[in-house]
Amino acid sequence: MSTAVTPYLEMSQAIADAGGEAFRKCYQCGTCTGTCPWSPITHFNIRKLMRLSQLGFDGIEDLMWGCSTCKFCVDRCPRGVEIIDLVRSVRSVYAGGGLLPPPLRAFVGSLTARGNPWTGDAPKRNDWAQDKYPLFAEGKEYLYWTCCTVCYDPRNVLVAKATAEILEKSGLSWGLPGTDAQCCGESVRKVGDLDLFEKLKNNNLGIFSATGAKKIITISPHCLATFKQEYGEDYEVIHFSELLADLIKSGKVTPTKDAGGLKVTYHDPCYLGRHSGIYDAPREVLSALPGVELVEMDRIREQSMCCGGGGGGLWVERAKGERLSDLRIEEALSTGATVLATACPYCIAMLEDSVRTMNAEDKIKVKDLTELFLESLEG
Amino acid sequence: MSRIGVFVCHCGLNIAKTVRVSELAEFARTLPDVVVAEDYKFMCSTPGQELIQNDIRKHNLDRVIVAACSPLMHERTFRKVIENAGLNQYLLSIVNVREQDSWVTEDEDVATTKAKALINGAVFRARLLQPLVSRFIDVNPDVMVVGGGIAGIQAALELADTGKKVYLVERSPTIGGHMAQFDKTFPTLDCSACILTPKMDAVLQSSNIELLTYCEVEEVKGFVGNFDIKIRQKARYVDHDKCNACLACTEKCPGRGVSEWDEGLVKRKAIYIPFPQAVPQKPVIDRENCTFFKKGKCRLCEKVCEQEAIDFEQKDTFREVKVGAVILATGYDLMDTKPLIQYGYGKLPGVHHALELERLFNSAGPTSGKVVMRDGKTEPQSIAILHCIGSRDKNNHEYCSRVCCMYSLKFAHLLKEKTHGDVYQLYIDMRAPGKGYEEFYNRLVEEDVKFIRGKAARVTDKTDNPDHAGKLIVEVEDTLTSQFVTIPVDMVVLSPAMKPRQDAKDMARLFNLSTDKYGFFMERHPKLAPLSTMTDGVFIAGACQSPKDIPDSVSQGTGAAAEALTIVVKDKMELEAATAIVNSAACCGCQNCVRVCPYGAPMFNYEKNVSEINEALCKGCGLCAASCPASAIITRHFTNDQVMAEMEGLMEF
Ligand SMILES: Cc1cc2nc3c(=O)[nH]c(=O)nc-3n(C[C@H](O)[C@H](O)[C@H](O)COP(=O)(O)OP(=O)(O)OC[C@H]3O[C@@H](n4cnc5c(N)ncnc54)[C@H](O)[C@@H]3O)c2cc1C
Repeated sequence: MSTAVTPYLEMSQAIADAGGEAFRKCYQCGTCTGTCPWSPITHFNIRKLMRLSQLGFDGIEDLMWGCSTCKFCVDRCPRGVEIIDLVRSVRSVYAGGGLLPPPLRAFVGSLTARGNPWTGDAPKRNDWAQDKYPLFAEGKEYLYWTCCTVCYDPRNVLVAKATAEILEKSGLSWGLPGTDAQCCGESVRKVGDLDLFEKLKNNNLGIFSATGAKKIITISPHCLATFKQEYGEDYEVIHFSELLADLIKSGKVTPTKDAGGLKVTYHDPCYLGRHSGIYDAPREVLSALPGVELVEMDRIREQSMCCGGGGGGLWVERAKGERLSDLRIEEALSTGATVLATACPYCIAMLEDSVRTMNAEDKIKVKDLTELFLESLEG
Repeated sequence: MSRIGVFVCHCGLNIAKTVRVSELAEFARTLPDVVVAEDYKFMCSTPGQELIQNDIRKHNLDRVIVAACSPLMHERTFRKVIENAGLNQYLLSIVNVREQDSWVTEDEDVATTKAKALINGAVFRARLLQPLVSRFIDVNPDVMVVGGGIAGIQAALELADTGKKVYLVERSPTIGGHMAQFDKTFPTLDCSACILTPKMDAVLQSSNIELLTYCEVEEVKGFVGNFDIKIRQKARYVDHDKCNACLACTEKCPGRGVSEWDEGLVKRKAIYIPFPQAVPQKPVIDRENCTFFKKGKCRLCEKVCEQEAIDFEQKDTFREVKVGAVILATGYDLMDTKPLIQYGYGKLPGVHHALELERLFNSAGPTSGKVVMRDGKTEPQSIAILHCIGSRDKNNHEYCSRVCCMYSLKFAHLLKEKTHGDVYQLYIDMRAPGKGYEEFYNRLVEEDVKFIRGKAARVTDKTDNPDHAGKLIVEVEDTLTSQFVTIPVDMVVLSPAMKPRQDAKDMARLFNLSTDKYGFFMERHPKLAPLSTMTDGVFIAGACQSPKDIPDSVSQGTGAAAEALTIVVKDKMELEAATAIVNSAACCGCQNCVRVCPYGAPMFNYEKNVSEINEALCKGCGLCAASCPASAIITRHFTNDQVMAEMEGLMEF
């Protein structure tokens, strides 16, 4: 039997047509794979995915779910290839053909039926708030856009609350969206379901315009990046860490309680850092906390390590030894810090999970910036 | 009544594939005053030229129109053609139906119609063309070469050999350039000093070369054949006329500066010659690091100098030099790799850049030619050479630096020779296209160098593997096996991009040159005039034009010398006659022309209160004429009447 293969250019063209045409620029130097955080622990090979796509060879389907869209390779690519676009387009070409892996079917199903990825009931979206916080309405200044994850994931609900508490104390005019709010659609876009993304986007844009929201605060960097880069409308969108840094600078909120020499290290979320270019604001917040010492890990800022939760990864179970979040916890532990701070609900979920499965709960705690900040207010 | 001939070129299929050329000729025949029109495959070829000349004689033509490529390409060719057939060379009009039509139009009908319009316009203008007479000016026979690297040295020596006087201007205290830093050169592994220092000495000995080291070009005036260049002689604080090069001063000096020549790996004295074979062998004082200049006390050098050559009062001086042509050979800078944090240069001591390694190889270098780590004693047991650092990289320099594959191979060979270490090459594509280069690559493959096809992604000193503790870990994908590879090594060598000199833009401004999109000096034509620039009489050679190796730099140096010679070999030169002139009776003295001219050709005569145009500088672009409110400027060959007539012809379509 012949083992020769023939280029299948129709497939290559289909991928290009789905938005991945940047792969044509790739000269196969391997910078992407060498940079990719998955390379040391899995067989995912982004360069090979690009190569297979260039010629339409078989094997794409085995590789295409490995990417967590951390953007490290895109930033380093010497040819300026928008690699994430390729990942998105191969997924949409193949997933369109019914090749969605089972864990992601539940994710897409929930988004389709309920508008959130957590099989949560839509009317219960704001239950976490227990009617303590105002709803956004015409005339208010800031719309605090809660990510589905902080509304439904029990661990992240604490982040939703901490954020709301800080907003209350800041004296700003703000409000929550109603229960008609839906997922920003970031992950499902990266999973390749563009129609569903459009649906979610239109729903949310409808809410923005119906309530006259002009300034939007996001707690999730995924919402932030999506609103800024994909919604394409004229809103001011900021991440809560930026707002918080400003509130501290202008004296609207002042952390007072001394943490007594707490060693904190900070994990840059990919969508806050590389995708949105925000590295300093979270560090400014941490540095403003009395008695907190910020100790940095080796891979930070532009070179930060991914937690593995992007690109649909949050909904995919990975075997031990194949989890980036485990590596990140190890790195955090090696700094001697007892708190790993971050600023993204996905990162919180992934890292928290690793702390638990690694039995490291008594060594290190994963906390959102807002939680740490709130602790330093209550004194 | 004119007698016009129209000649339509097919340019192979370049024009003929989109423009119906025979239809064009047919059309031209129908135009008033056109007595003959023909089309031919290659009008610029000998048969094409003869066709034009025969028709001029046979039909007694007094105007010729050639519809072909851009006038930049062949206007001169066709001017010669008609001149040799007895017509004044300015009775020619070129219609560009290639760059401005066939190459930029897809539809055949549209392209053919456009060509007809262009020809119609040209016929209208041709009727009004006037014969013009060229002026001749005197030419200064001397040449200036700026930059004393191998390219500049070569150019200076070649010119001096023909008996021409050359001023060689070098910014640093010695000539030699980058080549003087190397130990061996690829692909032959000649000892760099053995082939370079004799040339440096020849410069010194040549009675035709005036060597101006520690000098910079300050101001450039004039034009081809008659440049007026102001040179700044930077203060050396040593009178080189008195100095007898005994160098007793350099021994006694307590001051310490960073040795540029040794890439900062060691310190040098504050009064110094850059390296033992420097030319000239006479020192300069580096003011920043001189104890006397810093603290007001010391003067040890002055005390030991028997020649009384030390002069702390010396100031920068200036002189004017007149030359007929200039060659720029200012070379390249190596990219700073510190901003590429993933490779750790400047943070991880084991990471070196290419020129640092060159110095370690060199017997006159800081380690006397031993390859050791920064501690000065440990020999590396394993070395990784990382290609394409900042080259072929959109985030840094998009072009290929062209030399690095080869010098990286050279490094591998020398590392094998001088250490017992394993040597890795991490490359994207191995580029070895010169004479003897592929053979050199083959040789290295046989020398058991480990080639890994993949661009290094990161260098780190962090590792969980106890076997790798204390090593540098290079992370890379071996793209040939699709495996993520970590290589523990002692030393990492970065092969960074060669980039334009930091001040290349300033030099370009001084000499009115363009730079390409990367900042290298721009040649007049990449294939047919690679050493000329858009400024007549200014030539370029070596790595200032683009990254290149020594063989190419030397060839260009020789070539640029020949180019410069074509100007200075004659005592007189012909000026282009299609230039602007001022009708001083009509000039209102507003000086618009002075402001708009990119070539500095118009000058305001304050006595007469009128503008005057220097024909030698004027390129005939017409900007001044177009912006003259009094219509006092006439661009010969493109007069208002001629241009209006052409427009009229165009608008008939
Ligand atoms: C690490 C490394 C190793 C290499 N090894 C080899 C090899 O083995 N074989 C090979 O063929 N090629 C090699 N090359 C390439 C080689 O360096 C170049 O081909 C060569 O140096 C180009 O010569 P140049 O005269 O054009 O420029 P340069 O060598 O850069 O010389 C330019 C000169 O101009 C002077 N100058 C600059 N600006 C001014 C100014 N404004 N006014 C006055 N003077 C000025 C400079 O001081 C310098 O003296 C290597 C390159 C590198 C980076």
